Amino acid sequence: MSAWIGSQTRLLVQGFGREGPRHAAISKQYGTQVVGAVRPGQGGTEVDGVPCFENVKRAVEATQANASVIFVPAPAAGDAILEAAAAEIPLVVCITEGIPVRDMLRVRAALRGTKTRLIGPNCPGLMEPASKVRIGIAPPSIFKPGPVGVVSRSGTLTYEAVHQLSQLGIGQSTCIGIGGDPIPGTSFIDALEFFASDPATQAVVMIGEIGGTAEEAAAEYVAAHVHKPVAAFIGGRTAPPGKRMGHAGAIISGGKGTAQEKVAALEKAGIAVSDSPATIGATLVQVAPGLKP
Amino acid sequence: MNVHEYQAKALLREYGVDVPPGKFARTADEAEQAAIAIGGTVVVKAQVHAGGRGKAGGIKLARSPQDAKSIASEMLGMRLVTKQTGEKGKLVSKLYIEAASKIDRELYLAMLVDRATQGVAIIASTEGGMDIEEVAARTPEKILNVQIDPLVGICGFQARNLALDLGLEGKQVASFEKLALALYRLFLEKDCSLLEINPLIVSGQEVGPLDCKLGFDENALFRHPEIEALRDPDEEDARETEAGQHGLSWVSLEGNIGCMVNGAGLAMATLDIIKLAGAEPANFLDVGGTADAERVTQAFRLILQDERVEGILVNIFGGIVRCDLVAEGVIEAAKRIGVAVPVVVRLDGTNAEQAREMLASSGISIIPAAGMQDAAEKIVAAVRS
Repeated sequence: MSAWIGSQTRLLVQGFGREGPRHAAISKQYGTQVVGAVRPGQGGTEVDGVPCFENVKRAVEATQANASVIFVPAPAAGDAILEAAAAEIPLVVCITEGIPVRDMLRVRAALRGTKTRLIGPNCPGLMEPASKVRIGIAPPSIFKPGPVGVVSRSGTLTYEAVHQLSQLGIGQSTCIGIGGDPIPGTSFIDALEFFASDPATQAVVMIGEIGGTAEEAAAEYVAAHVHKPVAAFIGGRTAPPGKRMGHAGAIISGGKGTAQEKVAALEKAGIAVSDSPATIGATLVQVAPGLKP
Repeated sequence: MNVHEYQAKALLREYGVDVPPGKFARTADEAEQAAIAIGGTVVVKAQVHAGGRGKAGGIKLARSPQDAKSIASEMLGMRLVTKQTGEKGKLVSKLYIEAASKIDRELYLAMLVDRATQGVAIIASTEGGMDIEEVAARTPEKILNVQIDPLVGICGFQARNLALDLGLEGKQVASFEKLALALYRLFLEKDCSLLEINPLIVSGQEVGPLDCKLGFDENALFRHPEIEALRDPDEEDARETEAGQHGLSWVSLEGNIGCMVNGAGLAMATLDIIKLAGAEPANFLDVGGTADAERVTQAFRLILQDERVEGILVNIFGGIVRCDLVAEGVIEAAKRIGVAVPVVVRLDGTNAEQAREMLASSGISIIPAAGMQDAAEKIVAAVRS
C-alpha cells in the first residue's frame, strides 16, 4: 500500500459528462471505490450508481472522498483543481489536456503549502495493481501487481512499456503518469522520491521526452538518492527543434531540451537508457535481472 | 503561435509601449507611401517568422522614399535565408517600414515561462543585437535572470535593479521600469509563451524595443480570438493547419514513411524507431483517442498528399481505443481512398486479436506486424523492395 494511493482510496470524479462516467465505471469494475461525482446543477442525482453533488465541498462532506480525478474541460480545469485543494483533498489527478500555461502557473503557486498533491494535468493518471486502484484512463488489462515503479510523461507509450514488462512476467507497483504539459503538479523527482522509499518498489522505469530539463534534474536526484535500479527511455530523438510534438511540453526551444542531452544526463547518473521504445522492458531486465521470473 | 514584428509592435502600442512610427506595406508603392508619411530615414524590414533577417539582407536603411521603393521592390519576392529559416528560406511578401532610430546601445530583454522554477523568468543582457544562444554559450555571466512569482507579479524594484545591472543610468532607469511593467502585463494578459526584444535600444534617456518577437500559448488561444486573428497562413505548414482543423496533431517532416499513431509519446517513439531501422519519417501524427473510419481516412489523405511518402506505418496501442474499431477504420479508409503504397499495421491492446483477423480477411493488402520493432523492420523492407 503506497503513501499516495491504496485500498483506502475513496475517489471523487470532477467532470461527469462523457469521459467521467465511462472511466468511473471502468475503475469501479477494476476494484476502485468510486464514491461520488461533482455535477453542478445536478446535485442529488445518481448516475450509474454514483451519487452526484453540486460541488467538491459537499461531495467530500458526504462521502469522505480522499482523492479526485478531474475530467473538467480545459477552460475550467484550473479552477476545478483549486476547488479540490480548497476542500483539502490530498490527491488530485487532472486528466485534462489543453489547460493554458498561465492557469497552471497560478495553480502551482496556489497549491504551495496546501495538503494537496496534484498529478498531471494532461496525464493518464495512476495505477496500483496490488490494491486495484485506478485513477484516470489507463487500460487495466495490461497491468499486473509486481515490483516495478513506472513514471512517465506519456500515455500510450507508458502502456507500451507496461505491456512489455508484463509480458516478461514483471509486474508493477505503482504507475504514475505525470503528464505531457510544461508545468506539471508532480515531477519525476517527486515520483522517484516516492519510489525510493516505497517498500513495494524494487526498480524503476522512467519514460521521458523532449522539452524542459526535468529528466536532467531527475538524473542528478537518482545519482544522489535512489539506490534501486533505474531504466529509462527518452522519446523524441528525431524531433525537429521549435516544433511542439503533440504534448504542450514536448518542444525543443532555444536549443534546450533535446533527447540527446537527456540521455547523456541519465547515463551519467548510472541509469540504463533503452535506445529503442521496443526494448524498455528488456533494459529493465538488464539492470534488475533478479526481477525476471 | 508566432506573429510578425509589425503585429507584435501594434500590441506593444496597445500596452502603452513607445515604438517608432511604422507602417505595413505589401508593394513597393505602399513602401514609398509609407516612407513619405513617416518622413526622414526609414528602415525597410522584411516580415517573416524568423530571426537573423539583418544578416540575410532583410533589413535595410532607406534615405528617401524613392530609395524605400527600390529596396522594397528588391526585397519583395526574394527568398530570405537566415540561420533560423533552414536552406529553403522564407518568401518575403510583407514589409514593415519604420522610422530609423538613434542607437546608443543595444541590449537584450526577454520574458518566458520558466519550467524549472514554474514561474516567469525575465532574461536580460548587455549583449543585444546578437544571437543570445551564442552569448549564453560563450559568456554566460552576461545573461541576467530575474524570477517573477506568478502570484506576486513583477515589482518595480525588480525592474529598477535590472536596469542598473544593465548599466542604465538616470532617466533611463525609469524608462526601463515603465517598459518592463508594461511588457509583463502584456505577457500575462495575452497568454504569451515568449516575448523577446532583441535589440532593446538605448536612445538618449529612452529605452525601447527595436525588434519584438511574440509567441503565444496555443492552449490559451480559445480565450484570445484577437490573437488567433493574427495568424498568417503563409507562415504555417498547410497540412498542420488542415490537420488541426480535423482535431489531429500533425508535424511535417522530411522523410518517406508516413505515420499514424495514438498518443504523442508513442508517436514520437515511432519516429525514433523508424530512424533506428534506417529510414526517415515523413510526419508526426497523433490521432488521439478516436481512431475511427473518419479519422483514419483523414489521416491517410493528409499523409498521401506528400508525394515523397512511399509507405505508411500505423502503430496503435489500444487502451480505451478498441483495436477492432481501428481495423475497421483502416479497411474502410483504404477502400475509400485507395492506398497505393505499402501499409504496415501494428495493433496491440484491447481486441487486438480480433482486429488482426479482420485485417487478414479484409481483401486489402496490409502487412500486419507484431510489436514496434517488427513494424519498423517491415515498413522499411516494404519501402525498399
